[in-house]
Amino acid sequence: MTRTSAPVDAPGTGAWEGLVTTALLGTDRRTPPGTAPGQDAPVALLDAAAVETVRRRAGLRPARAAQRPRPAPADGRPPLPAAAARRLAMLLADRPGASAGGRRGTAPDLMELLPQWLAAANARGFAPPPQVLPALLDAARGRTDLRPAALEFAGPRALWLARLNPDWRFALRSAPGGGAAPPPVADDDRTRQVWQEGLFAERVALLSALRSGDPAAARELLATTWATERAEDRLMFLDSLRTGLGPDDEPFLEQALSDRSRNVRATAAELLSALPGSALAARMAVRAAACVAIDHTRGSGAAGTAPTPTIVVEAPHECDPDMERDGVVPKAPAGRGERSWWFGQLVEAAPLGTWSRRLGGRTPREIVALPVADDWQGELHAAWCRAAVRQGDAEWSRALLGEPSAPEAGGPGAVSLAERAKLLGTLGAAERAEWVAGFIAAHGLSEAFQLLGVCAVPWAPPLGRAVVDALNIARDAGSYPWSFSGVMGLAERCLDPSESGRLDALLAVPDEPEDASPGAGGYWAEAFQRLVTTLRLRAAMIEELGPAKPITPA
Amino acid sequence: MTQQGVRWTADQVLALAPDAASRKAGSKLGAAGPWSEAGCSDEGTVWGLCKGSGSKPYQTVVDIADASGPAYKCSCPSRKFPCKHALGLLLLWAGDDAAVPRGEAPEWAEQWTAGRRRRAEEKRSGQEAPSGSADPEAARRRAERRAERVTAGALELEQRLADLLRGGLATAEQSGYGLWEETAARMVDAQAQGLAARVRELGAIPSTGPGWPVRLLEECALLHLLGQGWLRRERLPDALAATVRSRMGLPASADGKPVRDRWLVLAQYDTADSRLTTRRIWLYGADSGRTALLLSYGAAGRAPELALPVGLALEAEVSSYPGAGQPRVALGEQFAPPAPAEIRPPGVTASEAAARYGDALRDDPWLESVPVTLGRVVPTPDGDSWQLADADEDAALPLTPAARSRPGLWRLVALSGGAPVTVFGECGHQGFNPLTAWPEGAGDAVSLC
Repeated sequence: MTRTSAPVDAPGTGAWEGLVTTALLGTDRRTPPGTAPGQDAPVALLDAAAVETVRRRAGLRPARAAQRPRPAPADGRPPLPAAAARRLAMLLADRPGASAGGRRGTAPDLMELLPQWLAAANARGFAPPPQVLPALLDAARGRTDLRPAALEFAGPRALWLARLNPDWRFALRSAPGGGAAPPPVADDDRTRQVWQEGLFAERVALLSALRSGDPAAARELLATTWATERAEDRLMFLDSLRTGLGPDDEPFLEQALSDRSRNVRATAAELLSALPGSALAARMAVRAAACVAIDHTRGSGAAGTAPTPTIVVEAPHECDPDMERDGVVPKAPAGRGERSWWFGQLVEAAPLGTWSRRLGGRTPREIVALPVADDWQGELHAAWCRAAVRQGDAEWSRALLGEPSAPEAGGPGAVSLAERAKLLGTLGAAERAEWVAGFIAAHGLSEAFQLLGVCAVPWAPPLGRAVVDALNIARDAGSYPWSFSGVMGLAERCLDPSESGRLDALLAVPDEPEDASPGAGGYWAEAFQRLVTTLRLRAAMIEELGPAKPITPA
Repeated sequence: MTQQGVRWTADQVLALAPDAASRKAGSKLGAAGPWSEAGCSDEGTVWGLCKGSGSKPYQTVVDIADASGPAYKCSCPSRKFPCKHALGLLLLWAGDDAAVPRGEAPEWAEQWTAGRRRRAEEKRSGQEAPSGSADPEAARRRAERRAERVTAGALELEQRLADLLRGGLATAEQSGYGLWEETAARMVDAQAQGLAARVRELGAIPSTGPGWPVRLLEECALLHLLGQGWLRRERLPDALAATVRSRMGLPASADGKPVRDRWLVLAQYDTADSRLTTRRIWLYGADSGRTALLLSYGAAGRAPELALPVGLALEAEVSSYPGAGQPRVALGEQFAPPAPAEIRPPGVTASEAAARYGDALRDDPWLESVPVTLGRVVPTPDGDSWQLADADEDAALPLTPAARSRPGLWRLVALSGGAPVTVFGECGHQGFNPLTAWPEGAGDAVSLC
């Protein structure tokens, strides 16, 4: 508020300032205006100041209004149902850190449910109540993994708000392409301007957004400035072509194979090899096929046994400039032989279709089953795994994964767990879940965490059952539940809520067998209780949001 | 009582929590998992059994129909009040009809509520009986002795203020808190709590940054005015004399005529110092149009017992404390438990709000702020600060420095989205302190504190 306007105030202001000056210096040094010096001077000063103070306060007027903010853009989405809005407020109120440390107890971890809640709300296309936006932005600020979903849900008003508070500037940087900001248009002046003059992060965001909508336009935009970009930037830009990669990109990528930067060349080669019809893939196929052959004479040492067809590998003897141009890295990492290093790269980049033709028309499963001579199996299978992942080939993945119950699946076999997790990613959700369920049934939970991470949420019934059974077995074996806290945490978030009924029997504290860890039974009951509570909460959460397809407002 | 059909919102339940940790712990228990045999009755009792870490579940009962806010009973050992189980139970009741169905209270719950209500009834009838216990003559003599001590304190303070101004305020910057703490202690000895509190505030002013001499002189002058008011109270009009007595910290009783109304809870917030937690609850009477203040106190670090969540309305009687323009009331008989209501106080413009504060100073020159509802204002950034700009005229109220740094500011800005909102708050010489806001269209009250 401002003090009373000038004409009325003029004598008052002067009087007040005189009083303040006198008070600061003291009446011994200066006599208050309009009074006699002496004993009573301080009291006279206080009297006058009291009158002025009340006068000044009583005369307060509103200030001039500042430039009012432009109204936030309208959010056309329907508002959240009341119960869901309450739930969201509760999830957001549960900030980590308030009770750091200690046992987790039986209560669910609400913050962990926020990603699911956001995904469900986004799938139904609801708008948030505006007053929760600050808490939502604060949550997204602390957890980068939450940002895309949180910002999509938060909608246009959150971006409007973020412009007013520097704490939330991240929202402006990471505005999702699909959600609030309109997708960039290729021939737009604004697009061209950002591309020409924007900061690096803005340009990457622009390119990615454009690429997800119009792959060709993005590539053409990149080509306009390609020659003048710095090497690090070229690498990042090239990487964004991964989205929507298609045969049309080949000429551009082929040209990038002669780039000055080795990293750019390698990335271009990698992208080309993911296009099985590309010229590079064909060249790699020729090179790789030259190294692998079937020997029909092996294994016939003992008399009377038919020879077993065996794969023999003849790794390349040199890495010629053409190979190098196609992305083969000539220098092997320390501890690896050069020739096997080159060989791995050739097989990885060759289209998997090559092998059936090369190896007598066999199916991938038959090829994987063939023995490999001279300890080349590990190298060869590992390279096929990388190729299957890169080319997204489900049939080869299936062949390389093998049977989930096979003994080598659980241990360190030719194919590591990390590779298996990646291979599973090329399969359909149902098949993935079934394979992991089979794996857990055969090998238990101790190795399953990574594999569970690639399964679709909520877990398919067979997978859920396998996890619950395995947890039950682990409990009966007498170990402590926190040995399985990773899987437990995943189960809380991923188990289908309709499974909670099956868990009721596990909630009781069992009698402790003699060899069990002391108190383990109680902790298990607690862990299962938290699991059931969380599942119920998730069921309630989803129910509050209503059916997945909302009725679109008229 | 049919009001029980309306359940509270989760926000309203969480407003009862004594601290952030309880709020968090309570929200975790607000799911069906650990609860069994939960239910609620038409009389306003909610009960349930909560599975804890022990073998025996905790018995939790809440009586939400109580006149002085909800009452809680839980067999858990927690010293928090309400405990997390009571909060969890109320959240469950608020959020999930199926988990807490209507029903007959079990015996353990019924016993406690019946006992409580009987005691409350006895207390009420006891109050109506004449309290002729003390000798009125003795009481008068005690009051006289106290008045003499307060007078002595006021005189001593006047002397100190005169000394301060004789030497100059500039010296106050060096002397720091020590001088004021000692003077405050003398005022406590003189049983003038109101003076003591104001004196303690004085000590902090020199460290509040630029402009402190102005603020210090203002406060010294108002202190002087209060002291003079006390010394000449016999000559003041009755209402102003009562205001002076209450500002000096003398006890008063709410002996105003009880006013029955539907009281909407406008805002509830706590302020704490090293001795005391003070809870302020603003009420708005739907029929009388009056805004009233309930105060409730708790020991330092503990939440005061009275809790009335924002957005609820209760049918009750309140009685005013004496004093001109005194908003403070005491809660009397309650006729219906708090329940959600669609009442909104009517709003005024920014200019009218400023004028209201000026008018109120006539009755009470020591007033820091008045409760006001602003209609159609837009939260607007103004340099480093914020103001509430009138949507229809070129006038704005700046926010108080404290309000600028509260998270509630952002809830207000988000709620508005650049559009006009209705805001209830305290309007005074430091600016406007927003406490509750309503969106332009339909929508619930959003608490900003």
